[in-house]
Amino acid sequence: MSRDEPLERRAAITGIGQSAIGRHLGRSDLDLTIEACLAAVADAGLTRDDIDGLATYPGMGTGTPGFAGPTTPEVQDALRLSLDWHDGGGEGPGQMRALIAACLAVGAGLARHVLVYRTVTESTAQGSGSRQGIGGSGGESGGVPRFSGFLQWTLPFGAVSAVNWIALVAQRRMYEFGLTRDQLAQIALNARRNAGRNPTAIYREPMDLDDYLSARMISTPLCLFDCDAPSDGSTAFVVSHRDYAPDAPRPACHVNAVGTALRGRPSWDQFDDMTTMAARDAAASMWERTELTPADVDVAQLYDGFSILAMVWLEAMGFCGRGESGPFVADGSAIALDGVLPINTAGGQLSGGRLHGFGLIHEACVQLRGDGGDRQVARAGGRAPEVAAVSNGGGPIAGTLLLTRGRD
Amino acid sequence: MTADGPAFRLLPRLEPENEFFWTSGADGRLRFLRCQDCRSFIHPPYPRCPTCLSDDVAVEPVSGRATLVSHTVNVHAWIPGSEPYIIGLVAIDEQENVRLTTNLVGMEPNDVVTGMALEVTFEQCDDIHLPLFRPADGTPS
Repeated sequence: MSRDEPLERRAAITGIGQSAIGRHLGRSDLDLTIEACLAAVADAGLTRDDIDGLATYPGMGTGTPGFAGPTTPEVQDALRLSLDWHDGGGEGPGQMRALIAACLAVGAGLARHVLVYRTVTESTAQGSGSRQGIGGSGGESGGVPRFSGFLQWTLPFGAVSAVNWIALVAQRRMYEFGLTRDQLAQIALNARRNAGRNPTAIYREPMDLDDYLSARMISTPLCLFDCDAPSDGSTAFVVSHRDYAPDAPRPACHVNAVGTALRGRPSWDQFDDMTTMAARDAAASMWERTELTPADVDVAQLYDGFSILAMVWLEAMGFCGRGESGPFVADGSAIALDGVLPINTAGGQLSGGRLHGFGLIHEACVQLRGDGGDRQVARAGGRAPEVAAVSNGGGPIAGTLLLTRGRD
Repeated sequence: MTADGPAFRLLPRLEPENEFFWTSGADGRLRFLRCQDCRSFIHPPYPRCPTCLSDDVAVEPVSGRATLVSHTVNVHAWIPGSEPYIIGLVAIDEQENVRLTTNLVGMEPNDVVTGMALEVTFEQCDDIHLPLFRPADGTPS
């Protein structure tokens, strides 16, 4: 690389923390967030007095119930933080926009230790009802709202969930690349196998191909097991300047590069290539910022809000060729814990829980630290992974992250 | 029997920029905004042409013919009472990068083939005329 060192490389994840994770926990989003944040701060060897930055995605009360998590002002006040930099919002390179912003703030000297969190209480918010579409169930008594913006182009036709929008990607991949449901199943089966080795995963009971193929269809070709499930939980990180890394009690996870591009149209249905969408651009922009290559990656945590997205990411990140993710995963061995590219080692979102991207970042750190226990990936010679890749997002929303392990 | 759409249709809010599109079907024609300089169709509608940035844009009718890019049969009843219905993604014949998310009607899931020729038909809901697509009859429009 001839350009200056990427600014994000001045940042390292020095602390990680998670709250309890589960279905219907019945706890508030702020309660879960404080639990995760305090764990991350302690893990970094810091106290709250050291924290001078705060960031989240998305906050601001956006989205369906249980989606947004508490705002940064709520968390700042609840923890009585004194901040030099703070940021929240839902527009940007995927859910990890908050983490990327924190890296840049640290790199720019706006803050030294940024607490970054993402909290969902979608399971509790859902209550005992079934999963709702965007825009509600419609037809209820009283006024029915009308819709502007992107939703006006999809909701009238009953395309009321991201599963409908992403099913169009999956079907297009079947047409263009010959993707099969048996191949798609491998993403879900791999996640479930790994979840069985993760005590905090939500769905751990064994699942086989027959279970997958006999599950009820949601939106063809995607069945129940192609979809993550609403969960409750909070994940937090401390993003520090790298010069703190030698003093941190645990091995730091150094930020090597981030991927933020969105070069196609920012739209679920107008993007130029319906088989990839923004994943293509975010991943490409990450590799443009590093001397590392896809072959250097020891373990990958690929966004799997829907199984098909993990396949999109396998190709976008360059782990296999365009259209080749089906054959790549076909017998499950390549992506397994002992495969050439272990993915979603904690069970992903499909079985680990829908922590909306941040659970995947957390697991990348766990693997780099060698803390994976029964699910720890060992590379050739028994060494711990040194390079981990993470992707967040689907459709026109995408961000990527490349982490490397610091000293043991 | 596959339904034409969900049991209840959530509707767009009519605004100055989109009203022509959502009411266009009143006379059976599908219309888009079109740049009068570079002749690109513009969707969703914007105040200027996103291709050449001209502000000379006007509403023009199109043939109503389209090609199927992808589809999904929605089975889960997000909207209570819904039977399975087919969501289609179509590209209009005049310009392949202008797409509509829509419902495929007049066919069963087994009849749906990616790349098939389609033509528009409208379903009226209050003041909205929703463009849906059915198999093209094979005669030039």
